[in-house]
Amino acid sequence: MISIAQSQSRSKSQLHYDSSKLGQSLLHVLFLLLSAACILPLVLVVAVSFSDETTVIANGFKFWPEKFSLRAYDLVFLDYMQIIRSYGVSLFVTVVGTIISLILVSLFAYPLSRSDLKYRGFFAFLIFFTMLFNGGLVPWYLVYVNYLHLMDSIWALILPLLLTPFYVIIMRTFFSTTIPSELLESAKIDGSGEWYTFMRIVLPLSLPVLATIGLFNTLNYWNDWFLSLLYIDESKNVSVQYLMYRTLNSIQYILSNSAVANGISQGGGSLDLPSKTLQMAMAVVGIGPIIFAYPFFQKFFVKGLTLGAVKG
Amino acid sequence: MKATHADVALPASVPSRTSPPAPRPSFLSYIWRHKALYLMFMPGVLYLIVNNYIPMFGVVIAFKNVNYTDGIFGSPWVGFYNFKYLFLTNHAWVITRNTLAYNSVFILFNLAAGVTIAILLNEVRHKLLSRFYQSAVFLPYFLSMVVVGYIVLGFLGMDSGFVNKSILEPLGLERIDWYAEPSYWIFILPIVNAWKYVGYTSVIYLAALAGFDPELYEAAKLDGASKWKQIVHITIPLLFPVMIITTLLAIGRIFYADFGLFYQVPLNAGPLLPTTDVIDTYVYRTFLINGSIGMSSAAGLYQGLVGFVLVLVTNTIVRRISKENALF
Repeated sequence: MISIAQSQSRSKSQLHYDSSKLGQSLLHVLFLLLSAACILPLVLVVAVSFSDETTVIANGFKFWPEKFSLRAYDLVFLDYMQIIRSYGVSLFVTVVGTIISLILVSLFAYPLSRSDLKYRGFFAFLIFFTMLFNGGLVPWYLVYVNYLHLMDSIWALILPLLLTPFYVIIMRTFFSTTIPSELLESAKIDGSGEWYTFMRIVLPLSLPVLATIGLFNTLNYWNDWFLSLLYIDESKNVSVQYLMYRTLNSIQYILSNSAVANGISQGGGSLDLPSKTLQMAMAVVGIGPIIFAYPFFQKFFVKGLTLGAVKG
Repeated sequence: MKATHADVALPASVPSRTSPPAPRPSFLSYIWRHKALYLMFMPGVLYLIVNNYIPMFGVVIAFKNVNYTDGIFGSPWVGFYNFKYLFLTNHAWVITRNTLAYNSVFILFNLAAGVTIAILLNEVRHKLLSRFYQSAVFLPYFLSMVVVGYIVLGFLGMDSGFVNKSILEPLGLERIDWYAEPSYWIFILPIVNAWKYVGYTSVIYLAALAGFDPELYEAAKLDGASKWKQIVHITIPLLFPVMIITTLLAIGRIFYADFGLFYQVPLNAGPLLPTTDVIDTYVYRTFLINGSIGMSSAAGLYQGLVGFVLVLVTNTIVRRISKENALF
């Protein structure tokens, strides 16, 4: 999509090439500022995490470490078992959640896309009504905890995001617009059953939309911490995001609560916790993988947004 | 559903050829013949029942005084007591005002900034740089709200945050305790929201822009239309449908707030609640921190019902404007 936009704007601009040199420079200035505003906050976090705590306290947060130090990371990785465990939880939730979600969404979207299927309006209503109304947090929570017994279970982090109605809409639209009904019909004449057609003909032709929805899911699962906030208590199933959440809050708690701080120092412990740099090092540990996956993600997101925006 | 008219046309021709002429195709035999397709719905149906429909019956909790000895369904009915309490204190007013006001600002700003950035980005000729800019503005969308909370703390921390230490102090100004002073958050939250989501909105509009017919612009150029005129008279009118649809869909969700933005970015700081508490954070806090199930479910049901009405109203409007973009 972007490349079309670019080739289009290039061909437009070639018509009168010299008229807007100034305009282009202004655009670049504007966008360089905007890009800086979007990237620099992250740079700040990374820079502080690699800085020496006392320098940071004396001179404040800087976009470049004034005195390089890895002490914050040493401390973060003291508890390396927890970090590995949390990465494991996040990876498991993301991979398993994304796969199950793709299966559920495509299974629901495919019969919905079949315009020759009677009574499919009922099923469409069943799923789209959940976009309009829900019972609210309390009853939903009580069902998960009291009836499904998912407190502290890793499945409490997976189940809630499995079937997003919006993704069903996108996939249904893709199926009904890109897969020719003649193809389905000829498969039927050749004696292919519905399941065979779905798995051997429809799904292989739908890789773009599967990739897009898969990436949406991956991002949702990887970045989720709200479900952990609701359902996770003990440290066994703490995901990376939730670990970051807890680290921030516990440091805040120690610092803002003088009784706790006094208690620690009276107990013989010293409170030279490099709190600022430690926080930011934890953030970097949490951001890590998503930044590396970013260019790949972006490509499919743009595609997916186009699929969703055009909708038909 | 938009496909109902297609329903009528297709089955008449398709099944009659493939299946033997059934004398009176009944409901059950139709289902049986297409059991494979209906079976595909089943995992999803099962999931929706457990995850969505059973909890809907739970809205009765809002009318009960839940205590653990009687259990959820055995607890005594109290009618509208929970609602009365919610609306007699000023809680309901504060969270409703905050939710609506912030979301309105977000919708307007994201619309204006998203469209502007998309149009300007579309004008950048340098291919590589244009791609770089797009990646840069899209970046914050990929960060979780926990990370955003860390970043905001990096800027607004009391002792060594960037703003206090590197901007206010060199200027000889007093440090500000950002996490204790609610009035600043009226500006901080919209800035954070814009930072996180403007890249995403602009990509939606950029995708729409890419689909426009280049001949329109060439014709306009031949007629001597300036770049500005082209934007005002071609690009913006062509973008109108997408603008209207995204805005109306957002209005349909105006009663639901971004939990992470309002809970984690202000670090759930008590003094900030007058300007940071929204319906979603209120429901969470009253339920899981204060433990008042009744109040929380009353607020949740209030949100659900008003939200429902809003979606219905906006969907009716969307239907009027463009039928295929309506939800139902």
